[in-house]
Amino acid sequence: MSVTAPAPEREAPPGEESLSQGPAWRTTASDAALFTLLLVICIGIALGLASALVAVTGSSPGEVWEAMIQGSVGSTPAITSTLNHGAITLVVAVGACIAFRAGLVNIGPEGQLTFGALMGTTVGLALPFEGGFAILLVLLAAAAGGAVWALVPAILKYWRGVSEVVTTLLLNFVAFQTVSFAVNRTYLLQETVPADSPVAAQPQSDRLPEGDRLGALADGVGYRLQITIVIAVVLALVAAFLIARSPWGLRLRMFGFNPHIARRVGAKPGRIGGGALLLAGAFAGLAGGLLLTGVVLRMQGGFSSGVYGSFSNNFGWEGLLAALVARFRPLYAIPVAIFFGALRAGGGVLASTGVDSSIVGVVQALVVLAVTLPAVLLQVRARRRQAAMQRERT
Amino acid sequence: MNDVELILESTARLGSLLLFIALGELLAERAGTLNISVEGMALGGAFTASFVAWESGSPVLGLLAGIACGLAVASIQAVLSHRITINQFVVGLAINLLVLGVTSYLQAELDIGRGQVHVVAIPLLSDIPVVGGALFEQRWIFYLIYPLVPLTWWLLMRTRWGLELRAVGEDPEAASITGISVQRRRRQAIYVCGLYAGLGGAFLSVGLIGGFTPNMTAGRGFIAIAAVILGSWAVGRTVVATLIFGGADALRLALPAIGVEMAPQLLIAAPYLVALVTMFVFAQGRRQPAALGRGYEGLAT
Repeated sequence: MSVTAPAPEREAPPGEESLSQGPAWRTTASDAALFTLLLVICIGIALGLASALVAVTGSSPGEVWEAMIQGSVGSTPAITSTLNHGAITLVVAVGACIAFRAGLVNIGPEGQLTFGALMGTTVGLALPFEGGFAILLVLLAAAAGGAVWALVPAILKYWRGVSEVVTTLLLNFVAFQTVSFAVNRTYLLQETVPADSPVAAQPQSDRLPEGDRLGALADGVGYRLQITIVIAVVLALVAAFLIARSPWGLRLRMFGFNPHIARRVGAKPGRIGGGALLLAGAFAGLAGGLLLTGVVLRMQGGFSSGVYGSFSNNFGWEGLLAALVARFRPLYAIPVAIFFGALRAGGGVLASTGVDSSIVGVVQALVVLAVTLPAVLLQVRARRRQAAMQRERT
Repeated sequence: MNDVELILESTARLGSLLLFIALGELLAERAGTLNISVEGMALGGAFTASFVAWESGSPVLGLLAGIACGLAVASIQAVLSHRITINQFVVGLAINLLVLGVTSYLQAELDIGRGQVHVVAIPLLSDIPVVGGALFEQRWIFYLIYPLVPLTWWLLMRTRWGLELRAVGEDPEAASITGISVQRRRRQAIYVCGLYAGLGGAFLSVGLIGGFTPNMTAGRGFIAIAAVILGSWAVGRTVVATLIFGGADALRLALPAIGVEMAPQLLIAAPYLVALVTMFVFAQGRRQPAALGRGYEGLAT
């Protein structure tokens, strides 16, 4: 049956997981003010903690922040780097938003991105031609690869009733090993080196032809603004519109809010939930394809014993976190992803200050917690008040 | 030592490392928390143990510090997810990233030397053919696993606390009605998980490796989660599961030396694949705690 009810003004939190901190409590202006105040305090504490960590190790927090700001927005190459990084994160984040809105916890974007890029590389190297159409095919293959990687958890969930949380998590590591396997086998993807070459073949694929490189918006000395940021923002806008205004979006949100009710009005769990998982995977895979055609142009294997894929470079986890910070809204994900891109770009230049760039991960994690905290705190307060009122009544 | 003894020795070593972490995860999961920050707890424990052992010159102090760090990370998880009720996976993801960042950062900024606890051979027992070396000639932290396994089983299956723990993992609403504080029990389970995972991490850094490298747990926390699944949330079977996964790890290290060709990637991915197949096959068996991964925000009244 078709669902004709108008889309509600505000969306409901997805379901039993209390994933989203729904705005039910945000009824008064004072609550909104309190929320903002708490948010500022929490972010302040987060940045304070990171500064303290820098100070403890004998470096100057001021210098670190200055270097990070310089490296992320201080010059044209810096801004370009911020946008290029943010774009990849944003594509993953949009997919993550869709899954979260359906009440699904897909913590496998890193693996989906990796496997998508692997499929993209395979197609790109197999194609006899290069250029625009080849890029399109590579990107499609990457998206399909990501979706395939998300298909496994979807099947397990909707056929066998296995929670998607663990399956998506575990499949990440299977993806890394799959890539490692492929780029260590000359009959699969490992690069071919001339027989007389002094260097041995590395665990990486051949380079895609130069014609498979994504176009640039702007090109200059020391910088190259990828077209990916435009693609990413458009995808975010489309996703936001569809979630808010289309029948599919309504079903998705309803499904996330309460799968049982959604089923009563005709939403098939496998189709809506499974579809959301596949979409999330496809977005992650597409991000892998964009990373491939925009920047790296080849698949890299990394260490055979490591768990983090070296190609994916944490973009999958970051996109996931960006979606969390954006509270599952693709529109909010745009600035959040660009902020994460700025952190990454800023972290890249930290070497000059002698401070290790792993501080970036610390800042990201603290920001995630800081942004999540205020809404939940207010929710807890509302619950306590309600409980107190109930006690008075009885 | 011949090849078999060598492989058995590494199996016991690597399996016990997983078991320290998996026993903690088992408790947390039986109480209903799918605790993915167990990876961060172990990594934090590994770093702190290595750092304190180096600074103080005492591996025992290092071990204790590692356990304390596991507890500290656990308390972040417990308070945020089971007092302030942020989604447990959100907290877990952030904690893993946080610990990875902090430990990698401090490792790069501080100068930490190497230090390792001694191998202690237990007289007589270590002379048992074939398995003697594997079970009774290890770095001494290893021997803690022997009392820990029955202790965990007793805690979970034979104490009131354990019964309540299982109750809140199966049906938090019903447990709450009988007067059990659901969130408190879940927090306590996470604290204990932190102690175990911290100990596991300390065993890795000051026991097995004798130093710290960034991300040195390398996903062993997630393999421990897989082991709990394969072990169907029971203590005894989890022991077997960790030995199987430890064996896969040991084979990966040993096979090239013996001259057997086998893709190391397959052996690394094996625990994850085995766990996925297990979930697929036994999905309808209702073996997992019924409320696993489900948040609890109090009774709707």
